[in-house]
Amino acid sequence: MDKIRESLLKKSVASKIERRGKAISLLCLALIVGIVFLIFYFVASRGLATFFQNHINVWQFFSGTQWNPGTTGTNGQPAVGALPMIVGSFLITILSALIATPFAIGTAVFMTEISPRRGARILRPVTELLVGIPSVVYGFIGLQVVVPFVRNTFGGSGYGILSGTFVLFVMILPTVTSMTADALNAVPRYYREASLALGATRWQTIYKVVLRAAVPGMLTAVVFGMARAFGEALAVQMVIGNATLLPHNLVSPAATLTSILTMGIGNTVMGSLQNNALWSLAMILLLMSLFFNLVIRYIGRKGKLSHER
Amino acid sequence: MKKSRVIQLLGLIVIVGLVSFGYTHRDQTSASESITAVGSTALQPLVEAAGEQYSNNHTGTFINVQGGGSGTGLSQIQSGAVAIGNSDIFAEEQSGIDASKLIDHRVAVVGIAPIVNKQVGVTNLSQQQLIKIFTGKVTNWREVGGKNLPITLINRAQGSGTRKTFESYALKGQKSADSQEQDSSGLARSIVASTPGAISYVAFSYLDKSVQTVSVDGVKPTEMNVRKNQWYIWSYEHLYTGKHPSVLTQQFIDYILSTAVQQKLIKQLGYISVHDMQVQRNATGKISIVK
Repeated sequence: MDKIRESLLKKSVASKIERRGKAISLLCLALIVGIVFLIFYFVASRGLATFFQNHINVWQFFSGTQWNPGTTGTNGQPAVGALPMIVGSFLITILSALIATPFAIGTAVFMTEISPRRGARILRPVTELLVGIPSVVYGFIGLQVVVPFVRNTFGGSGYGILSGTFVLFVMILPTVTSMTADALNAVPRYYREASLALGATRWQTIYKVVLRAAVPGMLTAVVFGMARAFGEALAVQMVIGNATLLPHNLVSPAATLTSILTMGIGNTVMGSLQNNALWSLAMILLLMSLFFNLVIRYIGRKGKLSHER
Repeated sequence: MKKSRVIQLLGLIVIVGLVSFGYTHRDQTSASESITAVGSTALQPLVEAAGEQYSNNHTGTFINVQGGGSGTGLSQIQSGAVAIGNSDIFAEEQSGIDASKLIDHRVAVVGIAPIVNKQVGVTNLSQQQLIKIFTGKVTNWREVGGKNLPITLINRAQGSGTRKTFESYALKGQKSADSQEQDSSGLARSIVASTPGAISYVAFSYLDKSVQTVSVDGVKPTEMNVRKNQWYIWSYEHLYTGKHPSVLTQQFIDYILSTAVQQKLIKQLGYISVHDMQVQRNATGKISIVK
């Protein structure tokens, strides 16, 4: 009697293990969340120091065009104008996304609608392989192939926004393609069947039904690609020329936030203005990736609602 | 059930092991058999090679060498996080560094030469021409006796030791115009080699046949000319320590300054020995004859 009572009141081994498992996974989660917050705190504290400790005008930081934090600019203030890098980063991101999107949609349509079997067997592994290529390899190819090509075709030294756009286009294409393909696959089968039953051709079905229904997913894919392009450092740095000048055309050397960061961080002293200014750039990058994340979530929620309706 | 417990236990052991490893290795400067040197990538190959030789001769010692740039080296030694800070520039030249709290050990000399693309057709420039080119006043090679080619400036990154040296001595302290920047000497050289009309500057050890070296005022960039300061674009490679370096740190620096390293290793790696210099230069750029 007592034995049964005892075994009923005592926690079973399985429940103990379950509790331990829960604790461990909670610990992992807490660790990751903690790290994220610490990174945010660290970058923000360093990045904001530029404005609070070194008393750089915020407006001047975002609109100034001279970048050389160690020296004073023409107005007597330290030359920390981040506009050239901000413009460079955005231009290169938007341009590469603009070029990549049609290609990605075309490839994805072929993979999912026109020839699903060949798409699954050949195209998908190939695009996934492209994702795995290290960015330094892309950068090296860009340096050896794209830069001379741009120089000979469009003039200039070959280093600039255009070369960076071409390299990033190839880099984000697989991400956008495979996510777009997922979005097309997620369109319910009965949409297609209904469309075909109404007498629509395959092209009409793809164009008027499948693509329209997959818009939220495709937008997510593009924003994902843009986030990747915005954060890419090494490959861009190798082909963009890294000149902190406002780009006056697509073949003049320019710079992005990431390229200036990776080049400068080893040559500055922690706590100095030069270092803090770089942290401010890092803060912009972090905020932008946060923004991209929010956009993706927003689109995702919207998309779900429209499918439910 | 048993299996999962074993895995849990293993995971725990690994975590505890890693943490305790990190803990026991938390401060390498105070450990008697290991020191860390951090900083300049230009100096890194030398310190690495010397550290390896030193460890081979003195079993149980380990010299840990990391890059990161001169600025990192100086700030890390200032905060006391490492035993040696490697730098291409004088601590006095770097803002945010209190040089009076550090001891400077000059272990080698590096000469820096302007390089141009081979199609440019220029092998000699006057210093005035060099300054005009780098400040953006001359934009075509035709104006300095070369071919009709636009000039493409390739600078090193802001704050790079090589760039600081080049601006101080080749450009007489003038700032270079805003232009393309590269963060390594190797990349700067390969870009000059492949871009028509490009000009940059690299340390002597990076010179090769892919680019054209430029003489300044008729003086060739050679080791012999650096020794007498006839070629004035050069800098010291510094090992900075705190005021009270550990015994091993001091012994290692003495080893780098010993004849064995200075006469063999330094030359093999393309640096110039400080022992060979017939002049010396202080932090303000003043030159004096070595007695």
